[in-house]
Amino acid sequence: MFRNQYDNDISTWSPQGRIHQVEYALEAVKQGSAAVGLRSNTHVVLLALKRSSGELASYQKKLTIIDDHLGIAIAGLTSDARVLSNFMRTEAMKSKVIYGRPLPIFRIVSAIGDKAQVNTQNYGRRPYGVGLLVAGYDETGPHLYECAPSGNFFEYYAMSIGARSQSAKTYLERYYESFAEASLDELVRHGLNALRDTLQQDKELNMDNCSIGIVGADCKFKIVEGDELKRYLSLLDNVEMGDTVQGQAPMDTE
Amino acid sequence: MNSTAFCDNTLTSGPTGHGFYPYEANGGTAVAIAGEDFCVVASDTRQSNGYLINARYSPKAFKMSDKAVLANSGFAADGNALVRRLGQRMQWYRHSHEKEMSITALAQLLSNTLYYKRFFPYYTQVLLGGIDENGVGVVFSFDPVGSYGSEICRAAGTAAALIQPFLDNQVELKNMQIGEKPRLSLDRALCIAKDAFTSATERDIYTGDYLEIYIIKGDGVTIENYPLKKD
Repeated sequence: MFRNQYDNDISTWSPQGRIHQVEYALEAVKQGSAAVGLRSNTHVVLLALKRSSGELASYQKKLTIIDDHLGIAIAGLTSDARVLSNFMRTEAMKSKVIYGRPLPIFRIVSAIGDKAQVNTQNYGRRPYGVGLLVAGYDETGPHLYECAPSGNFFEYYAMSIGARSQSAKTYLERYYESFAEASLDELVRHGLNALRDTLQQDKELNMDNCSIGIVGADCKFKIVEGDELKRYLSLLDNVEMGDTVQGQAPMDTE
Repeated sequence: MNSTAFCDNTLTSGPTGHGFYPYEANGGTAVAIAGEDFCVVASDTRQSNGYLINARYSPKAFKMSDKAVLANSGFAADGNALVRRLGQRMQWYRHSHEKEMSITALAQLLSNTLYYKRFFPYYTQVLLGGIDENGVGVVFSFDPVGSYGSEICRAAGTAAALIQPFLDNQVELKNMQIGEKPRLSLDRALCIAKDAFTSATERDIYTGDYLEIYIIKGDGVTIENYPLKKD
């Protein structure tokens, strides 16, 4: 997209019926590093690629625990993500105090959508520059939602956001029908395969740049990082350099 | 709800007998004993209002973390609200610091929370018992506006005056003409706690029904439940 006379502020429509500032906010999400989410009938798994600004720097955290049954993966402006995750944490605690039950996922996701929408309709404000994958387990089962700066939210069996996330989506679209009955390890394996597809040419998943979040019926939301990742990374299919097709599917013929 | 038995006319109204008094005395007793590497927090479960019993099983002790148990006695609604608030603060601490709050930090937080309502206090005597960062058993006792200190043992509530002297003598071995004053073992502490409550139940009408004992050790918290006399 190019600069035009209708993109200066949030309260200007373009003649094509678009609000460019919202679309630019969505670009910020696409610039963030990839995050993948997928769910089965028993668990929801979030996987994220952590970026570091240099060899001396630490890797940016991408997963946040909101409550025992709820966690998020972020892509985009991390400071906006912090504000939203604090909001979600407050709402989760309020739900427990006021209603005596864990926050239902649909409630919090629509609250975030409403909050995000406000910034798309008031002059002088800017939209949140972060997309969220919200994974949670409530009394209606496991759920995965995507929340966008536009205020839109949608539930998915599997989804990915961030840089080069289309490659992950392609993988997920190919295998999503097997997710419902998959075991936790299989789900993580599919997720890692999808995440690996978003990597650049000579990079690979390792214990530093990868982060996995798991929540399920009998499993409080936990983040697996560092040495504990070894077990999951060993589940990755072995693929030779240059291949784009993963272990299960047959090779495309020329 | 708030019977005339507890209507404090002198403070809030004239001679008509009407008025709203925001506090209620729900009775009950709590005891905490600190050992070298353990802590015992015990409380009865009766909640009463004058000569009426509201509940025979309404716990007054709450597990705050694997290392800390809080017991309160006085006005039950304030006690429960306080525990809820502290629970929320502990959850935020867990989010921000990615670790559990230590009992010494919790004690300071509790003191600040209580003093915050200096001019409309939480009407409860709070006991906080558990293990500190060095694995040593510790008991903190608080007054309704947050004054606190670390102690070996403390009784709070309606039977406090009956139990505290017994504890001073049997736990800290005070006022005895003996040479050695060793620290208590867990079994001895449990015996003393149970005997304290059975004796208090005999003489204090507000104490009885059930006894709930929380035992905090390095490897976690266990709960024991015993019946007390229901009269």
